[in-house]
Parts: sequence; C-alpha cells; structure tokens
Amino acid sequence: MVKMIVLIVGLLLIGFIIWWFFGKHKIDTTTAAVQHNQQTINIEVKGGYSPERVVLKKGVPAVLNFNRKDSSSCLDRVVFPDFGINQELPQNQPQTVKIDTSKPGTYQWACGMDMFHGELIIK
Amino acid sequence: MKIVTRFWISLIFSLPMLLEMLLMPLTGWMLPGGQWTMLILTTVVMVISARPFIQSAVASFKKHHSNMDTLVAIGTATAYFFSIYAMFNHQAVFFESAAFVITFVLLGQVFEEKMRHNASNAIEKLVDLQAKEAEVIRNGQVIRVPITEVVKGDLLRVKPGQKIAVDGVITDGNSTIDESMVTGESMPVEKKAGDHVIGSTINSTGTFTFEAEKVGNDTMLAQIVDLVKKAQNSHAPIQNLTDKVSDVFVPVVLIIAIATFLIWYVFLGAALGQALIFAVSVVVIACPCALGLATPTALMVGTGRGAKMGILIKNGEVLEEVNDIQTVVFDKTGTITVGKPKVTDVIGDQAKIIGLAAGLETSSEHPLATAILDQAQALEINVPQVTNFKALEGRGVEAVVNGQRAFVGNQRLLTDSEINSQLKAEITRLQNEAKTVVFVGLGNEIIGLIAIQDTPKTTSKEAIAALKARGLKTVMLTGDNQHVAQAIADQVGIDEVIADVLPSDKAAHVAELKAHGKVAFVGDGINDAPALTAADVGIAMGSGTDIAIESGGIILVKNDLRDVDLALALSKKTFNRIRLNLFWAFVYNVLGIPVATGVFYTFGLILSPEFAGLAMALSSLSVVTSSVLLNKAKLSSKIVRA
Repeated sequence: MVKMIVLIVGLLLIGFIIWWFFGKHKIDTTTAAVQHNQQTINIEVKGGYSPERVVLKKGVPAVLNFNRKDSSSCLDRVVFPDFGINQELPQNQPQTVKIDTSKPGTYQWACGMDMFHGELIIK
Repeated sequence: MKIVTRFWISLIFSLPMLLEMLLMPLTGWMLPGGQWTMLILTTVVMVISARPFIQSAVASFKKHHSNMDTLVAIGTATAYFFSIYAMFNHQAVFFESAAFVITFVLLGQVFEEKMRHNASNAIEKLVDLQAKEAEVIRNGQVIRVPITEVVKGDLLRVKPGQKIAVDGVITDGNSTIDESMVTGESMPVEKKAGDHVIGSTINSTGTFTFEAEKVGNDTMLAQIVDLVKKAQNSHAPIQNLTDKVSDVFVPVVLIIAIATFLIWYVFLGAALGQALIFAVSVVVIACPCALGLATPTALMVGTGRGAKMGILIKNGEVLEEVNDIQTVVFDKTGTITVGKPKVTDVIGDQAKIIGLAAGLETSSEHPLATAILDQAQALEINVPQVTNFKALEGRGVEAVVNGQRAFVGNQRLLTDSEINSQLKAEITRLQNEAKTVVFVGLGNEIIGLIAIQDTPKTTSKEAIAALKARGLKTVMLTGDNQHVAQAIADQVGIDEVIADVLPSDKAAHVAELKAHGKVAFVGDGINDAPALTAADVGIAMGSGTDIAIESGGIILVKNDLRDVDLALALSKKTFNRIRLNLFWAFVYNVLGIPVATGVFYTFGLILSPEFAGLAMALSSLSVVTSSVLLNKAKLSSKIVRA
C-alpha cells in the first residue's frame, strides 16, 4: 500500500517536472523606454535573467545594466557572441554592457557556460 | 562568500567523516558522538557551503529553469534530510555523502575558475601591448602626450627602445623594428622613410619620425583585439547539439532519478535508503558543466594562441570548415610571389631599350612599367622625351621619340610588327623561364626584349610542400599567361595551374573547384575579396597595416605563405580538441548515469554519491585542462619556425 502511494507520488512528480520545465510559460519581456536619446534596461541576474527578453529601439545608444545577485559561478559572466562581449559580473556590483543597436535583428546572450539564455531584439 | 572559502569550510568539516570512513574498516575507529557529530558537521556544510547552490536552484526553478545547482541542491538536500529521518528511525544514514559531494563540487569549481581565467587572458595580454604615451612634435617642440590625444596627421618621434604609439608611415630616419608582438615574426624588420610602422611594436636601433595614419580603434592592434574577442566568444556550429541538450538535460536527469528510485523501491523491493542512494547518485553525476565548457574554452585558447602567432581565426565556424578542406587555391601575384616584378634580362642594347621603354611607360602604373622605371633609375639611364602618346588597346603604348614612332607592349604587338628570328628564339627561351616578355620597337620593327619576372617568395616552396604533405591539392589561379604561370608553379611545386583568368572571374573558378570538395582560397585580401568570400575558407594575407578583416575567415598578419599551413594545423588541432572534449563529456554522462542508476548492480558495480561528486568535479576540470593545454600542444606541421 505504501509502495503504491510512493509510486503515484513519484509519477505525479515526473508529470509536474515535465509541465514545469517543458510547458509553455510566459517569458519576462521588457521594452526599453528612450530618454534623452539613450535607452537603459536593468537586468537582474538571479537563477537566470529577468527580464529574459529585451527589446531595444534601432539606432538609439543602449546600455544593459546587469546586476548579479546569485552567487552561482554559472552566472559569473555574460556573453553576447554576436557583439564580441564577454563581461565578468562580480556579485552585487552592477555592470554596464553597451549594445550597438545599428543592426536590427534577434540576438542571443548567455551565461559563461551557455546554460542560461536571454534574447535581445533590436527593431 | 567566495567559492574558495566555501570550499575550505566544507573540506574542514568533512574531514572527520572522511577519516572515519577510511579508518573504520581497518581499526574500528568511530567518530566520537556517532551520528550526532555527523549531523552537526554536515549541517554546517549544508548551511554555509551548500546554501548558495540551494538559493540559485530555487531562483532558477521559479523561472522554469534548471542548472547544475539544481542537481547539486536536490542531490545533497535529499541525502541530508533523508539521513535525519533515518537517524530517528534507526536506519542507515549517509550524512557524509552530502558533505563530500559539496566538497568535491566546490573543489572542481575552484580549479575551474582558475583555468577559465587562464583560458581568457590572451586578450588582456594583447591590450597590454598598447603604448600609454607618445612623443608628438607640435609647433616644432617634442611633447609627451597620452596616447588618446594623438590624432591622425600628427608627427611622432620614436627613440630606440620605445614603443611605436599608433600606425603610420615613416617620414624621416630609419631603424629596425621588432614586430613580433603583432605579426608573430621573430626577426626584426628594417624600416626606412616611406615604410609603414605598426602601433605597439618596439623600435630597436634608430630614431625616426613618422606620421600617424590610424589612431584609436582604427589601429591594427585595436582591430586584432576586436577580432579575437569576437572569435573567442563566437558560437561553433558543433555547439548547437549541446545547446539543445542543456535545455532539457537537467529535467530529464531528474525524471531518470525519480524513475530509478521508483524502480528500486517499488518494483525491486530495495530498502528505502538504498533506493534513495541510487537516485541521489544519478542526480549528482549528471551535472552537464563539462558539456557546456567543452567548446568555449577550447575556442578561446585556440584563437588566442593563433593571435600570438599572427594567425587570426575569425570564428568557430571557420574551424569546422577547415577540417574538411581538400583543395587550397592560391592567388599568384603577391601571394606565392613577392609581388614586385623585376627586370631580369634585356635583349638588345640595354641603355637604348630600357631608356625607350622607360620614356613610354613614365605615366603608367602597371606593375611591369614600375619594374622598367626602377631599372632605368638603378642604371641611371637617360630617359628620352616622348610626344604624341597613345595607348594601344590591350597591346601596349606608342609615342613619338626623336621624330620616330616607338612602341612598348605585349605579345599581341607581334601581329603587326616585324621581328627577326634571333629575337623569336629568345622569346621562347625567356617565357620558359617563367619570365614575362615586354617588346620594344622602333618604326615597324621590334628591336629588343625586356624580360620581367616576379620571383616566388623564398618560403613559398616549403609552404606548398607542407600543404601537400597534408594530402591537400594545390591550385594556382592567375591572370598571367600559361607559360609564366606554369614555370612559377613548377618552381614551388603547385599541382594545377589555371592561367589567363580575368580578376572578375576568380570567384567563378573557385566556385567551380568547390564542386570537387571544400576549397580554401589564399589571397592578399585587397583585390581578391570576391574569391575569398566564394571559398569555403578565405585566407587573407596581410601586408603592412592594411589587414582586410572583412573578407577572410582566417587572416594572416604576416605576408608569409608558411602561415597557411600553421593556420590549418592550429584550426584542426583546436577543432579536434573541441571534439575530444565533447566526446569525453558525453561519454562520461552516457556511462556515468546508467552506472549510477544501479543497472550494473548484479555485477557489483555501483556508484556512491560521493564518488559521483568526485567524478563530476574531475570531468569539468579535465575538460578545461585539456583546453588550456591546447596552448602547449604540438602543431603537426612540416613548417619549422626559427
């Protein structure tokens, strides 16, 4: 009887994992507001990036402020392969990343180990 | 708290338990206080060293993400809390598993952090090369200014031993310059007025003045730094697989772990503790770190090493393409040859022939004309005045000299001029020697011949031989005629010659060759841009400060053909290292997970959580170490560098 309960709980847990990680969930998106010909977005780094999708306006100088609150060494760098940026993120010290917004498109960024991803849209 | 501190705390509090584990079977020694001591020690480790793992796991869980921290946190927390439950129910405990796993994982991270730093410092070294100050001549005065204040057009003075601040052209003085830090060329280079100098190289013997041409982000060093940065962080296509894997990996491992537990406990009737141990081992061994580190670290070290040798590899994609190259196509002029044709023979009255030709070619910028003018200057020959200058379309030029029609040009002039049989024989002889023949005539008769030759670089033969030893087919593409091209090809050992190609058709010929396998094109990058782009791998050779960064996949800073082979060797080595890293990372997981689930239990092969933790730490460490060792790895190339 105990074993039956354990089995059912286990299977339910598997179902939950599939739904939680593979199901469709809303992505935290922020669109930059332009002020004084400058757009800024603050990104909190804690177990991933929030916001995770950033929308920038083409042609306006942009900065992304990354603030790592997570102590995991997984997240200690942020890499934008398309821009040649590989910025170290010391814990609790906000770091500024300048983005060249001259070319519209969708770009990816990732942590140093390519485990966490974020998306940058320039339009 | 720093990872190192967390590691030491966790090690110190785990040691007593390790001691007991080792000593108990031999001497029967037990930890004073038994399970209670273990509980206290492990609690310290969990609260101080393991807490960040748990925090990170929770934070990413909330975002529907998972990472290695998820696995470490779930694995150790399960072991810890089950042990507390077991302690009060008088079952076997495994506190030490939780503590050891944390210690090993942190040990791995400490080393990994060090190694990752080593792998990425090539760029910092490059940036450090930059001069900080410069001596600028303003209003006749030499003043020292920070490098940021140097502008285009400034005159700068450089004394022996000083760093050249920016890129420019020497206006006065001469010296020998050590350019090794930028080009990788170990021999100092002689420079005189009119020659280009590269910023950040070191002046050794003389004092000279030069005019700044490129400053700030336009200097060659700045461009190299930019290129290497992009290359180091680029994405290799081979990574696409790991990207896909890493997205689903952790949840899949969790599912496997739960399934493992259920099968052992529910279906095979194992004890609760035993079934949990199997599940925890699965979770711990499966950390995908090694997988994620395999490609970027190798790419970083490989491209960084290349930059030191003056070989700039643009991105990870190029590395992969190089691996399948079957044919290497070369441009002739300036790539295989020196690119500065010289007069080698004059048939007829030397002073008269050269003088006449020089007079006619004075205003021409054709490389052959330059060779003739240089020769006239060298021999101090009087150049006669010419009038009624006229270009003969596709054949040469004509003009009136001393009231008589004179002409200079190529073979096509033969159709409407007279030539004696002795000269005719000479033409064939010269052409067979790979010389381009220029015809000089007066009236309707050809009175002399000038043979001009562009000699192969001294290193070309060795370079081609090295590529052939690699099993590659070598092809030469040139606008020159078949005779001359074939003769040069024979001198350096090229397999196939495609001659009489118009510059605009080069790309088409490269595309044709691509039908028989992947093609690399080697050219000087300035006028070969279409062919460089058309090839699977474009290798642009630089000269001076003009490196054509846009057109090539690989850029050779030095104008030395031997670097082609070195570039191929380095690319292959780096790509193979990536493959090796990925292979081990995969094998480790593919083998480790089944063992951890207890599939081989009947053969007595099981993996305890602490060994799983150690194995995981070692796998990340071994991948990063293997990448860093790429800096020292021997390149399999026939080229021997002084």
